[in-house]
Amino acid sequence: MIKTFLKIISLFVLTISLSSSAKAVELEFYFPVAVGGAAATTVEELSNKYMELNPGVTLKPIYAGSYTDATTKAITAAKGGNPPPMAVLIAIDIFKFYDEDLVMPWDDILTAEEKENWIGGFYPAFMKNSQIDGVTYGIPFQRSTPVLYYNKDAFREAGLDPERPPQNWAEQLEYAKKLTKKGSDGNIERYGIRIPTKGFPSWLTSGLIYQNGGQMTNGLGTETFLDTPEVIEAVQYLVDLSEKHKVMRPGTLEWGATPKAFFEGQTAMMWTTTGNLTNVRKNAPFDFGVAMLPAGKSFGAPTGGGNFYIFKGTPADELEATKDFVKWMTAPDQAGVWTMATGYVAPRPDAWETQAMKDYVADFPPALVAKEQLAYADAEFSTYENPKTVKIFNTALENVMSGSISPADAMKQAQIDIDKILKDYR
Amino acid sequence: MNKKNNLLNVFYLLVPGFVLLISFTHIPAVKTLMNSFYSTAKGRRASKFVGLENYETLWLDATFWKVFSNNIIYALGVIPSSILLSLGMALWVNSKIIGRPFLRFSYFLPTVLPLIAVGNIWLFFYAPGFGLIDQIVTSLGFPSLNILGSQESSLFGVMAVGIWKEAGFYMIFYLAGLQAIPPDLKEAAMIEGANKWYIFWRITFPLLTPTTLFVSVNAVINSFRQIDHIVVMTQGGPDYASTLLLYYIYESAFVFWDTAYATTLSVILILLLCLIAIGQFFVLDKKVHYQ
Repeated sequence: MIKTFLKIISLFVLTISLSSSAKAVELEFYFPVAVGGAAATTVEELSNKYMELNPGVTLKPIYAGSYTDATTKAITAAKGGNPPPMAVLIAIDIFKFYDEDLVMPWDDILTAEEKENWIGGFYPAFMKNSQIDGVTYGIPFQRSTPVLYYNKDAFREAGLDPERPPQNWAEQLEYAKKLTKKGSDGNIERYGIRIPTKGFPSWLTSGLIYQNGGQMTNGLGTETFLDTPEVIEAVQYLVDLSEKHKVMRPGTLEWGATPKAFFEGQTAMMWTTTGNLTNVRKNAPFDFGVAMLPAGKSFGAPTGGGNFYIFKGTPADELEATKDFVKWMTAPDQAGVWTMATGYVAPRPDAWETQAMKDYVADFPPALVAKEQLAYADAEFSTYENPKTVKIFNTALENVMSGSISPADAMKQAQIDIDKILKDYR
Repeated sequence: MNKKNNLLNVFYLLVPGFVLLISFTHIPAVKTLMNSFYSTAKGRRASKFVGLENYETLWLDATFWKVFSNNIIYALGVIPSSILLSLGMALWVNSKIIGRPFLRFSYFLPTVLPLIAVGNIWLFFYAPGFGLIDQIVTSLGFPSLNILGSQESSLFGVMAVGIWKEAGFYMIFYLAGLQAIPPDLKEAAMIEGANKWYIFWRITFPLLTPTTLFVSVNAVINSFRQIDHIVVMTQGGPDYASTLLLYYIYESAFVFWDTAYATTLSVILILLLCLIAIGQFFVLDKKVHYQ
């Protein structure tokens, strides 16, 4: 009795172990979602499609929350000795992953031809936060720039031309003043503009900085230049919108609540990522327009978003499968699907040349705005110990927005605090 | 022989509990203490012994003192309020009123919700512009509020959520305590001509002191342990105004990956809680009436 029982058990165990050592390669990857809309379902749909085309590969996309949460999750897994083969993580944490020795350079698994045609085929603006010393660590996937969304109905109401968005800082302020509306009780019921500043104001503020001709970092991750006139003036322009001109709600404003505030008519213009484009298109109960961020001394915008990273310790067969998957995800057809579902900018020029994309932009011209802004776009704030340094920068900006410190003092202190951290890396 | 047998039995019964306690509480605590004397290991640089340098950094860290005082304010605000509120709720719900089951249910409802869910609900309440509180405030003619977005009020906004969440839970214990008080004591007092207030102060409240001790220990632990609502509502901001010590530890460990500093902060938190626990049990124990 016992013998037969043991035989059955061992047979069972054998079958299980044999079936699990089958040829299927299993790739799990974390991905964050920082925008409203159907980003998570689109990732799953694309993964399912890839699995249909490639029966030997099982993909397991795992939604990991915000960019910060996804980074935490990925580093925790990697440090715990169980790294995922790949993950979509925020591009600017590149120095952090490099410093912690957790990620592999893509160059290690690419041929010379792939380096020239595949890597070389991405928009240069997006490669700025993706390479260290010319070595590629991140493949652009969900990349964006911020854009200006505006309520055309509100424009008409205020006597402004709905087909002419503000072109520069002066016009932006002037329009915002005209669009700010008081209710019957004397309280402001619609603000002219909303630039969210809670949590991570550095991204949108760097737009203002670039428009003002400033530079935040040296591009090598080892130095910042926050205590400079261009940066301070840009921050002053931002805080003046709420403190001095009263065209923006005072205090720090929530990123996630910004589209909703726009839909509810509490702000006539808003700055947010182009990744929210499809969300706004679906949900805005009024006619809206999209424009490049108004120019200061020139047009300017930060790039943003997440790249595909590969982790050290991944076996060779999984790396091959990962490379194939990521090449597929960034190929014109899939990049087009992703762009149309979210509003993110397809990261390669060839993605915009497919018939599907041409039809899409003909039908919905706002989708082109972020792509055209790429000509003026520059890197997002990125240094070693990025989580710490960007938090110092973000906190300084939040303090300015809550009125407790002047831009000059805040930037000076932030520069000092960041220098303390980065001096070990110089 | 019997005595030795007994001792052995006692030993066997205690061992599993001890093993769990030591491996999940004491050993990690000792390891944390040891780790706080080393620097953070990076991928490219191993950690090295630095003695008390981490503690020096902590002493000079303005953020740490801000976070520490935040936690003290949070504790001083939430603990008495939630206990008093729960006592009041229990007294009210214990008396004969219409709709008593419904009232008990609605008081207890916050407890069954996970704190993350509670945080999200209150995030909506506090949202400037279209949140519930702001809608009420603006309809009365006042200007819109940004409670979670201002440095002065974000900590209090978070405290309100803590009180709301816990009061219902403590109410249950007080309710049980109230129902365990023999009614003849009250009847005897009423015959003697005591008024409601006298009865409460001289009979009810002293007999509730065991419950109060239990509830206050829970309240102290919760005021240092619960940070889920901060993760959801303010992420510790603006500028650490609503950061509690445990949130700062989480951020240092898992966002900045400055693990050595995080262990140093953990040691401070453990010491603080030990001191409070000792204080509570020895000082308050004398005042508790068990009969």
